Amino acid sequence: MKLIAEKRETRSRLFRFGAPLVSVLAALFVAGFLLLAAGVSPAQAYLEIVREALGSGYGLSETLVKATPLIFAGLGVSLAFRMQIWNIGAEGQIYMGAMGASWVALFSGIESHGLMLAGMFCAAFACGGLWAGVAGLLRARWRVNEVIVTLLMNYIAILWVDYLIFGPWKDPKGFNFPLTAQFSEAARFSEYFDTRLHSGFFLALCCALLIYLFMERTIWGYQIKVIGSNPQAARYAGMKTGLAIFLVLFLSGAVAGIAGFSEVAGLQHRLQHGISPGYGYTAIIIAWLAKRSALGVVVVSLLMGVLLVGGDSLQISWQLPIAFVSAFQGLILFFLLAADFFVQYRLRLDRETDHA
Amino acid sequence: MLQIENIRKTFPGVVALDSVSFTVAPGEIHTLLGENGAGKSTLMNVLTGLYRPERGRMLLRGQPVQFGSPRDSLAQGIGMVHQHFMLVAGHSVFENILLALDGIPNLFSRRRLKARVRAVIEEFDLDLDLETPVWKLSIGAQQWIELIKLLMRDCRLLILDEPTAVLTPQESDRLFAVLDKLKAQGKSIIFISHKMREVMAISDRVTVLKKGRSLTTLVRGAFDEKRLAALMIGADRIPRWEKRMHVGKELVLEISDLSVRNDRGLSDLDSFSIKLHRGEILGIAGVAGNGQKALAEVLTGLKTASRGRILAAGYDITRSTARSSYIAGIAHIPEDRKSIGIAPDLTVDENLIMKSFKQRSFRHWIFQNKQAIRRNAEEKIAQFAIKAGPGGSPVRYLSGGNIQKVIIARELSEQPTVLVALYPTRGLDIGSAEYVHKVMADGAGRGMSTLLISEDLDELLKISDRIAVMFRGRLVGCVDPQNTTREAIGLMMSGEVRP
Repeated sequence: MKLIAEKRETRSRLFRFGAPLVSVLAALFVAGFLLLAAGVSPAQAYLEIVREALGSGYGLSETLVKATPLIFAGLGVSLAFRMQIWNIGAEGQIYMGAMGASWVALFSGIESHGLMLAGMFCAAFACGGLWAGVAGLLRARWRVNEVIVTLLMNYIAILWVDYLIFGPWKDPKGFNFPLTAQFSEAARFSEYFDTRLHSGFFLALCCALLIYLFMERTIWGYQIKVIGSNPQAARYAGMKTGLAIFLVLFLSGAVAGIAGFSEVAGLQHRLQHGISPGYGYTAIIIAWLAKRSALGVVVVSLLMGVLLVGGDSLQISWQLPIAFVSAFQGLILFFLLAADFFVQYRLRLDRETDHA
Repeated sequence: MLQIENIRKTFPGVVALDSVSFTVAPGEIHTLLGENGAGKSTLMNVLTGLYRPERGRMLLRGQPVQFGSPRDSLAQGIGMVHQHFMLVAGHSVFENILLALDGIPNLFSRRRLKARVRAVIEEFDLDLDLETPVWKLSIGAQQWIELIKLLMRDCRLLILDEPTAVLTPQESDRLFAVLDKLKAQGKSIIFISHKMREVMAISDRVTVLKKGRSLTTLVRGAFDEKRLAALMIGADRIPRWEKRMHVGKELVLEISDLSVRNDRGLSDLDSFSIKLHRGEILGIAGVAGNGQKALAEVLTGLKTASRGRILAAGYDITRSTARSSYIAGIAHIPEDRKSIGIAPDLTVDENLIMKSFKQRSFRHWIFQNKQAIRRNAEEKIAQFAIKAGPGGSPVRYLSGGNIQKVIIARELSEQPTVLVALYPTRGLDIGSAEYVHKVMADGAGRGMSTLLISEDLDELLKISDRIAVMFRGRLVGCVDPQNTTREAIGLMMSGEVRP
C-alpha cells in the first residue's frame, strides 16, 4: 500500500476559503499546548486576548493602531506576491520609509501641516520604493534572486537607521538616548477619540481600496496577473516583463515605506530604534492568509492586531514572553502552507492492485 | 535478450499502444522507427517501468518480467538515456556518476571508484575529465556521462531516445562509434530515431511502429530509405477535402535568405527563403527540430534573425518585437500551448484579451472595461464553441482542445493577415482538429494567409495549397499536394532533394 498525492481536478470554493480558517484553528489548538506548558489555561488566555483587544474602546483603538502598519506592509508584500515576486524585505522598507519621513520632518522646516505631511509621505514613498527597487533592478537585469536581496537589505536598513539615531540625527537635548528630536506639531497625524488612533489608519484603508482597484480593475493590474501566472505567455503577448518586475517591486516597497511614515507621524513622533518590531515579517503571513487580495489584507491585519494587543496583555497578566505571539504567527503560516497542499492535492491509498 | 509480446496501453480516450511485439537479440542495435504519436515514447515508458501495460507480456532472457517502477527495470539491467539529461549541472562529472550508483558503502574509496570510471572512459575512448563541472561540458559530452552511468551499473540493454536530436553531426558520429563498441561487447541497444540517415547507418534490425502497432521488423539488407519511409508514413489513401482555392496573386509575406542562430551557435535556420500569398495555406513539412520552431519564432518576433529579411506586405519587419509584429498583423498559435499560449490562473475572459487588452474598446482610460471583456468572451465562446465551464474559473481547468480554441479565438479575433500555426492539432481529438482546420480554411476565404507547420502529413495534404519541406534549417523544396505522394515528401523530409 502506498500513499499517493494526486492533483485535484477542481477546487471547491468551500475548500479554498475554508483552508485559512482551519489553519488558524489548528494553530490555536497547537499553541494551546504551548500555553499549557507555560502553566496557563488556553481557554482563559484566548478569552483574555479577545476581551483585551475588542472588549473596550481603548482595546479596540489599540487593535486598529497595531493593524495600521500591518495593513500597509501587507498590501505592499501582497502586491509583489501577485506577480510571484517574493518581497521579503518589507521590514527594511518600513525603516527606510520612516527614515525618509523623519528627514523631511526634522530638516525641511515646512510649517504648514498639510504640506509637511505630503512631503513626508512622498519621501517615505520614494525611500521605501527605491530600497525595494534595488532588488527589482537586480532581478530584472541580471536575474538575481529577489528573496535574498530583499531579505539581506532589511539588516542594512535597520542598521542604517541605528547609525543615524546613534550618530548624526541624535537629539542633542536627548540625554544621549538614541532618539531623534521630537517632530514639530505640523509633522504629526491628528489623533481621534482621545486615544492613540491616528489618521494613518484611515490612510491605510484608502490605500487598500486604491490597491484593490489597481489590481482588479486597471490594465496594469491585469498585466501583473498575467505575468504572475505565466511570464512566458506575457512576454509572448508583448508585455515588458523586466520593467514590470522593477515597477512592481518599487511600488511594493513604496507602500511598505508608508507604514514607516505612518508609525513616525502617528505614534512615535520621532525616529528611534525598533520602530517596527517585525511588522514586515508579519506582513508576509498576512499576505498569504489574505490570498494576496487587498481587501483580505485589511481583514487579516485587523485579526493580527487583535493578536498583538491580546499578546501584550498576556505578557502583563501571565508574564508570557512576547515570543509567544511570534510562535503563534509561525504556527499559522506553517498550517497555512500545509493546507495549501491539501487544497491542491488529494491523498489516496493505492493498494497494489493489478490494473490488467 | 528481450521479447515483447502484444503490449497494449491506453490512456483515457487514447489508445497509445495497441499491439506491439518485437524482440531484441544480444549484441544488436535495434531501431524503433515511427512518426510522432506512433507510440515510441509510451513503449519506452513501459519498458523502463514507468507505465504498466494492460495486456501482453515482456520476457527478459526468457523469464517473464513485470516492472513496478524504473528502479525495477534498472535492477534487471535495462537502462535508458533520456532526451533530457538527468544531470546536476553544478556538480562534477564524477559526482554525477556517483549519484547514479546504488550500493556504495558509506565509507568508500574515492580513488578506487574513480579508477573504475576511468577504465570505462578509456575503454570507449571518451574524452572526459572527471573533475569538470557538468555545465562546462558540451551536450555531446553530457550524453556520455549518461551512458557511463548506465555502464557502471552493468546495464545489458540500453535504450536511447532520439539521442542525436541534440547533437551536431560530428558528435553523432562519435556516439555511433561508441554504440558499435558496446554492440561488440554483446550489449543490446534500442535506438529510437526518425532520422533516416542514422537509422540506415547503424541499425541491425528496424521495427516500424505506426499508430500504436508494430507493423513489421526488417533485417539489415531488407530495408532501404524508401521502403522505411513508405512504411512509416503508411500507404493510406490521402483524404481529399473539398477545398476551394483562395490563393491570390498578392504577396503578403516574403522571407528571403533568413538565418537564425540558436543558443549553441548553430544555425536553426539557414538561408531560408519562401513566399506566402494572400489567402494561401502554406504547409511546412519536416521532422521536428529542423528549424520550424525558429521560423515561427522569428516571424512572431520572439527571436531575431542573424541574416536575411522578412517583408510583410512590403514593410520590413525583420527587426521588431512581438508587439510590433502583431501590429503588423501576424498571429501565432504556439507549439507548446500550456507553457506560452495562456496564463493558466486567469479566466477565459482574461486570456482572450491577452494581446488586445490595451485597445480602446476594452478599457476606459486606465480601467478595464469588464462589460466589454465579458461580451467579447461570450461572443468568442459561442463562435468557437469553447466549452468554458462556469464563468470565472481558471483556464487551466479546460481540456487541451478547448485551451487551443481559446488561443485560436484570441489570435484570430484581430483579423490577422498572416497566421503562423505550429502543430496546431497536436494532441487534439478528431473533432477539435477538424474544427481547427475549418477555421484555417474559413480564414483563407477571408484572405488570411496561413503558415501551417506540422508533422502530420495527413493534415498537410488535406488543407495546404502548397507544401514546403524543411531539413536542417533549409528549404528542400515545395510540392503541390494534389500531385505528390507521401513517399516523395517523406524522402524530402530526410534531406533528399527532389524536383
